[in-house]
Amino acid sequence: MKTRIMAAPYLVWMSVFIVVPLLMVAYFAVTTDKGTFTVSYLADVGQYTNIFVRSIWLSVIATAICLVLAYPLAFMLSRMKKHHQGTMLMIIMLPMWMNFLLRTYAWMTLLGNNGIINYLLGLVGLGPYKLINTSGAVVLGMVYNYLPFMILPLYSVMEKIDRSVIEAASDLGSDPRSVLLRVIIPLSLPGVYSGITMVFVPCISTFIISRMLGGGSNLLIGDLIEMQFLGNSYNPHLGAAISLVLMAIVLVIMTVMNQFSPDDQVLI
Amino acid sequence: MENIISLKDIIVEFDGERVLKQISLDIKDKEFVTLLGPSGCGKTTTLRIIAGFIEPDSGDVMFEGKRINSLPPHKRNVNTVFQRYALFPHLNVFENIAFGLRVKKVPEKEIVSRVGEMLDLVNLRGFEKRSVQRLSGGQQQRVAIARALVNKPKVLLLDEPLGALDLKLRKGMQTELRRIQKQLELTFVYVTRDQEEALTMSDTVVVMNNGRIQQIGSPTDIYNEPVNAFVADFIGESNIINGCMPRDCVVEFTGKQFDCVDKGFSPNETVDVVIRPEDIKVIPAKDAKLTGIVESVVFKGVHYEMIVDGVDYKWTIHSTKDEPVGSMIGMDVDPFDIHIMKKTKEGAEKAYED
Repeated sequence: MKTRIMAAPYLVWMSVFIVVPLLMVAYFAVTTDKGTFTVSYLADVGQYTNIFVRSIWLSVIATAICLVLAYPLAFMLSRMKKHHQGTMLMIIMLPMWMNFLLRTYAWMTLLGNNGIINYLLGLVGLGPYKLINTSGAVVLGMVYNYLPFMILPLYSVMEKIDRSVIEAASDLGSDPRSVLLRVIIPLSLPGVYSGITMVFVPCISTFIISRMLGGGSNLLIGDLIEMQFLGNSYNPHLGAAISLVLMAIVLVIMTVMNQFSPDDQVLI
Repeated sequence: MENIISLKDIIVEFDGERVLKQISLDIKDKEFVTLLGPSGCGKTTTLRIIAGFIEPDSGDVMFEGKRINSLPPHKRNVNTVFQRYALFPHLNVFENIAFGLRVKKVPEKEIVSRVGEMLDLVNLRGFEKRSVQRLSGGQQQRVAIARALVNKPKVLLLDEPLGALDLKLRKGMQTELRRIQKQLELTFVYVTRDQEEALTMSDTVVVMNNGRIQQIGSPTDIYNEPVNAFVADFIGESNIINGCMPRDCVVEFTGKQFDCVDKGFSPNETVDVVIRPEDIKVIPAKDAKLTGIVESVVFKGVHYEMIVDGVDYKWTIHSTKDEPVGSMIGMDVDPFDIHIMKKTKEGAEKAYED
């Protein structure tokens, strides 16, 4: 009984800074300036379907690329000698010690029309290509910034796969491909699910990346929401309504994901 | 009977350290062979070479006359029961046992019947749908055995399979493994560091230490005729004393000469003298060449274990009758119970460690 008291600080924190703001968002979304109930803001969200679709699409692509890049890396990492694992993990985490904005700015100078990549390509007679202000650049920014969030959960699950279980599979006649399909992938699924969540959710709500690397033409939901609060088209009620819809979409996607994940592994 | 597995001059190094130093071993078809030794002696490495997880740095691994040094594990006709079972946590009992058959794309009907046979063999009928994580240690052990045997391997490799079970369960499983081996007429290669287990179960015991085979023989040979002090000390308890051989059939230790039955040593060669605690008889001190003061007496169930201080050496004696602590007793040993062994480096190491 006494241990419950220990959760009190967090419970207070959670109610003040999470529950109350959420309720306020919901309240703002369904009221006018005068405080009367309305669904018009929620209905207005429909105008931005294309932005929603683009956000989801780019986030799905970025998440998929992260998974493809991170899976073999995490597996290799989990099979390395323990002290090498630590070094490698640090190298993976290293970019995260640098400011998020700074990292994205760096990509602007790399990808720019007169940037380093186009300069180098020019030396061998190629380009210049339009690299920045494309949806590709946005996906690149997402992958670059959120890749560690895919690697870490995958690694922590794979690290727990006992070497002897893999040996047992090959002892029982599995070639390397069959070991991967029958043992490693099934046992690493919880990591796959949580990696997807950890990457997809920040991707779909990002606004800095798209604004810096996507130019004006690749507006994402995050940008849209930000504009309602800080931009010229100041409209906090619409912003709250968009946020609410976004939350609902994420919730639906995660619920669907949970249907596929193992029983004891619930993501949200 | 012919050799199903032959290891010839196997050398294995890990990070420059030699863990197997030229091992040669023949295993006959349908034989129960036990690799016995302390941890780090190379017995598990030897097993992993047969399974295919380790490729030796030099030497030949022969299986039914063919060299298989670099054949990967999944292409070998051997299966392993791993030390901590290594069951697949994402599969239930049935699917764990069926794993090898599914990999080989065996028809579903045959899978059901063969897994069924295995469940009967290891007494796990009714557990098919149970998650392996919800089984007791003994049950997991049975699943691991069934999972290996369902593939009808020629050789079953067992890596300390009973190490994690409690004493009573171990005894039961020992008998059961022996029954399975006889019933299916399989070759078993069994790794353990429990000498009693090795003696009760095996046709042949291979005693290993420090990356070398010390002795290969039947359990009775190993127990009664250990070739060196290490084997004598590892197989059961022993008194190991420094001695020398003035001439054939006479050995001198603790400053006195005794008759024995060993010959063929060079005159005055220093030797290890090994005497089993149960072979020392307690006699009145006045009639004895060997005397000592009883230092402690511990009741062990079948016998008393007495430590007797004989000034030069502390003797361990097993006797059904106890003597009062502090009393002076005499000790006697029959000539054929005095085992004389050539000094070996490893035997000496072991003797001095204790």
